[in-house]
Amino acid sequence: MWSLNKISDNIHHWLNQQFSPTWALIFEMVIAGICVISLFAMLGLILVLMERKVSAWMQIRLGPNRVGPKGIFQSLADTVKLLVKEGMTPDGADKLLFNLAPFIAMIVAMLLMAPIAFAKDFQLWDLNIGVLYVSAVSSIMVISILMAGWASNNKYSLMGAMRSGAQIVSYELSAGLSILTIVVLTGSLKISDIINAQADGWWIFKGHIPVIIAFVIFIIAVTAETNRAPFDLAEAESELTAGFHTEYSGMKFALFFLAEYVNVFIVCAIGATLFLGGWMPLHIGHWQAFNHVMDYVPSSIWFFGKTFFLIFLIMWFRWTFPRLRIDQLLNLEWKYLLPISMFNILLATAVAILGWHF
Amino acid sequence: MYRNTDIINEGSQSPSFGEAGDLVINVGPQHPATHGVLHLVITLNGETIKKVEPHLGYIHRSIEKMCESLTYRQFIYVTSRMDYLSSHINNHACALCVEKGMQIEVPERAQVIRVLMDELTRIASHELWWGAMAMDIGAFTPFFHAFRERETINEIMEDTCGARLTMNYMVPGGVMADIHPEFQKKVKGFITLFKSKVDEYAELLTGNIIFKNRMKDVGVLSKEDAISFGCTGPVARGSGVSCDIRKWYPYEIYDKLDFEEIIETAGDSLARYMVRLREMKQSVRIIEQLIDNIPEGDFQAKTKAVLKLPKGEFYSRVETARGEFGVYIVSEGATTPYRIKFRSPGFSNLSALDHMARGSKLGDLVAMMGTLDLVIPDIDR
Amino acid sequence: MFIIDYLKEVGGAVKSLLKGMRRTGYYFTHHKEIITEQYPDNKATLNLAQRFKGEVVMPHDEKNEHRCTGCTACELACPNGTIKVITQFVMTPEGKKKKAIDKLVYHLELCTMCNLCVIACPSDAIVMAQTFEHSVFDRSKLTKILNNPDSKIMDGVE
Repeated sequence: MWSLNKISDNIHHWLNQQFSPTWALIFEMVIAGICVISLFAMLGLILVLMERKVSAWMQIRLGPNRVGPKGIFQSLADTVKLLVKEGMTPDGADKLLFNLAPFIAMIVAMLLMAPIAFAKDFQLWDLNIGVLYVSAVSSIMVISILMAGWASNNKYSLMGAMRSGAQIVSYELSAGLSILTIVVLTGSLKISDIINAQADGWWIFKGHIPVIIAFVIFIIAVTAETNRAPFDLAEAESELTAGFHTEYSGMKFALFFLAEYVNVFIVCAIGATLFLGGWMPLHIGHWQAFNHVMDYVPSSIWFFGKTFFLIFLIMWFRWTFPRLRIDQLLNLEWKYLLPISMFNILLATAVAILGWHF
Repeated sequence: MYRNTDIINEGSQSPSFGEAGDLVINVGPQHPATHGVLHLVITLNGETIKKVEPHLGYIHRSIEKMCESLTYRQFIYVTSRMDYLSSHINNHACALCVEKGMQIEVPERAQVIRVLMDELTRIASHELWWGAMAMDIGAFTPFFHAFRERETINEIMEDTCGARLTMNYMVPGGVMADIHPEFQKKVKGFITLFKSKVDEYAELLTGNIIFKNRMKDVGVLSKEDAISFGCTGPVARGSGVSCDIRKWYPYEIYDKLDFEEIIETAGDSLARYMVRLREMKQSVRIIEQLIDNIPEGDFQAKTKAVLKLPKGEFYSRVETARGEFGVYIVSEGATTPYRIKFRSPGFSNLSALDHMARGSKLGDLVAMMGTLDLVIPDIDR
Repeated sequence: MFIIDYLKEVGGAVKSLLKGMRRTGYYFTHHKEIITEQYPDNKATLNLAQRFKGEVVMPHDEKNEHRCTGCTACELACPNGTIKVITQFVMTPEGKKKKAIDKLVYHLELCTMCNLCVIACPSDAIVMAQTFEHSVFDRSKLTKILNNPDSKIMDGVE
């Protein structure tokens, strides 16, 4: 079976033959960094185009169709436009924090790339607390938003940032609890362990009721955490013009924009890994022949297929629903999602202890 | 240059900037939710609105004064530029007022055409409102879906009147031209399309739980308040005030038509929303009654080349998509009016905003502004 | 009982959301419903309404003759001063002096397409054309002279 890990292994061996282990590690880090940055750029271009096409078709429009065949270079053209635009810093802004905020947003998104398994044995860093690392690092995202909102010296930005703070902090709870469901069932925080545990079926099928509930809550919570509609209160354009990035322009705005899309990709990748088996092909119990056929599809295609399915789901939400109000948003979390996920984790624990899952 | 902290801690001495601790933000004159150049100074306590102060005048073009220098045939077209979404109905009110003064009998065919056009305009206006309001509260897709139906009406208007928005089709004594030969066919096509698509509105918004929660018990306007603020149209009818001019003071052939005045009693944003949605269906009902029964005859009465209203005061009112629109003409017997006053529904409806918004969240303000259906040139004139 | 109500509420909410998603999903998969008109591309097949009010023009026949008598009815009917009729006296073959138009100046930048001039014209000399692409680089290009140079009034139009 063709797989990406052969390439990475070859590079690893070659570097270790040529250089001392320390230098080899440094080169590997540089290569990984370059890969992550190019993946970022690719994701930004693809996801923006995808969002525009999805929204257009749902809104009975054609969407971008002028730049390149069927408009596929539209997001590239937009990027060039944003690159050549002036990156303004308002007069009354806190210059340091204002310019730092977009980079923090990007760095957080980059850090989150580390534990994600893109294909079989193709992972930057398979650390033993992978899931905890993801929840911990993604919380830093709120700092960049608060920083941007406060440093802009704009009341709309400040309100957007404060909303976002309240929103992300509360939705992290139910996102964490739904992740915990899988951790309880698997018995490990390590991403590779979680994926390997799904070799005989994905958790969403194996874990039945508690995992399905956890999956639904996870999708809702990450939609809120990434500030996507219907939870886009941080930038609610009809209320706060553009929320926390009202004052940003040019490439600094583009970095926020890119970070939003990359965050969507990351949370969907985590969701695909935890609930839909990551790169694991669709395996059903003891159907050896079926499983064997499924193994012929490369693992990276399985991973990206599942991830993009979840991204499409989140885009589908965005272009269908109206926005919630801030108090309704917090009500939804504290009165509905959190009690349900707390009850659900008890259920999941019972299922795990009694071995009621498949 | 005020820092955020300065305003939060100290406030300002100006009375419009409130007390210390208030957060004052300017919504507009350029803001995505105001649909024009409305300027609202909002005093906030956190997310809660303490006061809303509309500042007008950004699109004041002194249309009333302009009309004083135009003849009775000419001034009608200017009123299309006030409430541009129901320009037909505005023109209709002016034509009615001139006809009242000149005692012109409008032929029955012209009356039926006028009513048909009015109702088509009302549907088009409510379609646009539906899409724009959905956009205000964060749902983008309904806007395009509403515009699909509205486009059909615009094409009908273009065929018959020659323009899509500012038609200037009403003249004193009738309408400017006869209807297009394909008018009836196209209107029937629109009715079929509308009936097949109107259920989608319920699927996309009306039944949606997020939408219901955004609208229910938001911006409650009691019946008494609606009367005392002078609200008319769907805003007042949403509060249980029966105020449909078509029923109370029928003009043209409205007294012969079979339709209901839509009244909801809750007075919140959802009630106003439901009034407009149900009104669209009533307008379709009116069109269905008339479209096959357009009487033969002239489309315009014979009038003198130069119209001179007799000395006196004349008032006529119609029901536009936003409420009661009144035209008050003082004539000195000349070819131009001595004084004209337009009673526009948007101005009175806007005045209720402060009362409705106090104590609700900032996000509710856009829902309220959406259901008030503000058209800024109508407010400022 | 409370739990049942709570679950019913949640179930109803989810159902209403799924209904909306079914509708947008329908349009996502049914591209035949797309209503976008790709304007400059479909210029050849574009059907403009016959009565569309684009700008005021004065039709001339093949002998370069128009129907305008220079009565200034359009100028009087116009609410904005868009039309200015400049008349001159010409000598008819019989040797009589006759009023005719020198220029009919039309300010497109002032025109609101209200059609009042067209219905005021007693000899149907001016009509509304269906052109609508009026953008120019210089504002002075919007001031047009409607009668062709050296054009004459048609025979029999008084």
